[in-house]
Amino acid sequence: MSDNTENDQGKLWEVFIQSKPGIPHKHAGSVHAHDAEMALAGARDVYTRRREGTSIWVVPSEMITATTEQDADSFFDPADDKAYRHPTFYTIPEGVKYL
Amino acid sequence: MDTAEREKKFQEKIDSGLKVEAKEWMPENYRKQLTRMISQHAHSEIVGMLPEGNWITRAPSLRRKAVLLAKVQDEAGHGLYLYSAAETLGIDRKTMIDQLLSGRAKYSSIFNYPTLSWADIGAIGWLVDGAAIVNQTMLARGSYGPYSRAMVRICKEESFHNRQGYEIMYHLANGTPEQKAMAQDALNRWWWPSIQMLGPSDAQSKNSEETMRWKIKVESNDTVRQRFIDRTVPQAHAAGLTIPDPDLKFNEETGHWEIGEIEWTEFYRVIKGHGPCNRKRLKARQEAEREGRWVREAAAAYAAKQRARAVQAA
Ligand SMILES: [Fe+2]
Ligand SMILES: [Fe+2]
Repeated sequence: MSDNTENDQGKLWEVFIQSKPGIPHKHAGSVHAHDAEMALAGARDVYTRRREGTSIWVVPSEMITATTEQDADSFFDPADDKAYRHPTFYTIPEGVKYL
Repeated sequence: MDTAEREKKFQEKIDSGLKVEAKEWMPENYRKQLTRMISQHAHSEIVGMLPEGNWITRAPSLRRKAVLLAKVQDEAGHGLYLYSAAETLGIDRKTMIDQLLSGRAKYSSIFNYPTLSWADIGAIGWLVDGAAIVNQTMLARGSYGPYSRAMVRICKEESFHNRQGYEIMYHLANGTPEQKAMAQDALNRWWWPSIQMLGPSDAQSKNSEETMRWKIKVESNDTVRQRFIDRTVPQAHAAGLTIPDPDLKFNEETGHWEIGEIEWTEFYRVIKGHGPCNRKRLKARQEAEREGRWVREAAAAYAAKQRARAVQAA
């Protein structure tokens, strides 16, 4: 995920693979390609030689925005004091079912 | 936070078994050592295609040819996964390729030996990939996420490489006397380089304290080597082949096979560029780079044209 300047290796694309129907796409790695079509073909050859996938997404690496390690604590801490978002927060009278 | 404090936190993270991810803070030397290690590993996969590629057109049957093609293609894939893992540390793939082509980068010195007969293809799959599996299974437990995940993917594919190689050796070893001699000769030539491939002995190995503390490696070279030996010696015996080591013996107490002295001068000679094929391997890579250039240029030109058309249409 270095700089994305296009030298003769092409741009960097991140590859996401769905390994079987019904489950989410998961990051597999990256490929170099000059365009999206080439990135898909490259991803197929590099990451799915044994039917590891039913579907592939390729995304230019530069298009991904991510949280950073430094900010992660403050970014996620609004969730810390909201225990009432979990079912275990609530007391249910004994004998009451299906709750 | 100052550097000392960050390093302390980093070490705590490693000690607690967490993986380090690309964008997270890491000591400069952690980044440097991993970049070196992963890029060397990537180069080894790419150069490693050459000795085996030598036999694709001369494989003894269509089955063997299809298998060898698939195996060599896997190695290309391994090289690419690894370049991609190295790039997460901030180095560009072009830079790594330039380092390889200019002779500045190292790759596994075992690929500087020639493949003289078909049996060598068996010996490589069985021994070289066998040693690689033991090493890579260890590396899969390492602390850097992208490298460790690439190792998991690679290990899944290696077991086919290992088995197809052993199958070739086993068949030859149980064939005509000439075929058996060919298998034995290949084992004689590939055994010691495979043993050495797992790196200098712990006593001579630099960097090992830090790489172990940071869990770049989780086991020492000698530990990994011993595991490879213990797995492989009985496989040789099952095929009726002899390990070329008069000092080899089984230690009943420890349950390990003990080997004779390793000839390290030879290993360092090959690393320094004086192996039988160092120059040939580099030349082959440089030629491939040159001959493939027009393809990369055409792809770039086509993509630029498509982009220009899209702009015009908008
Ligand atoms: Fe490999
Ligand atoms: Fe392999």
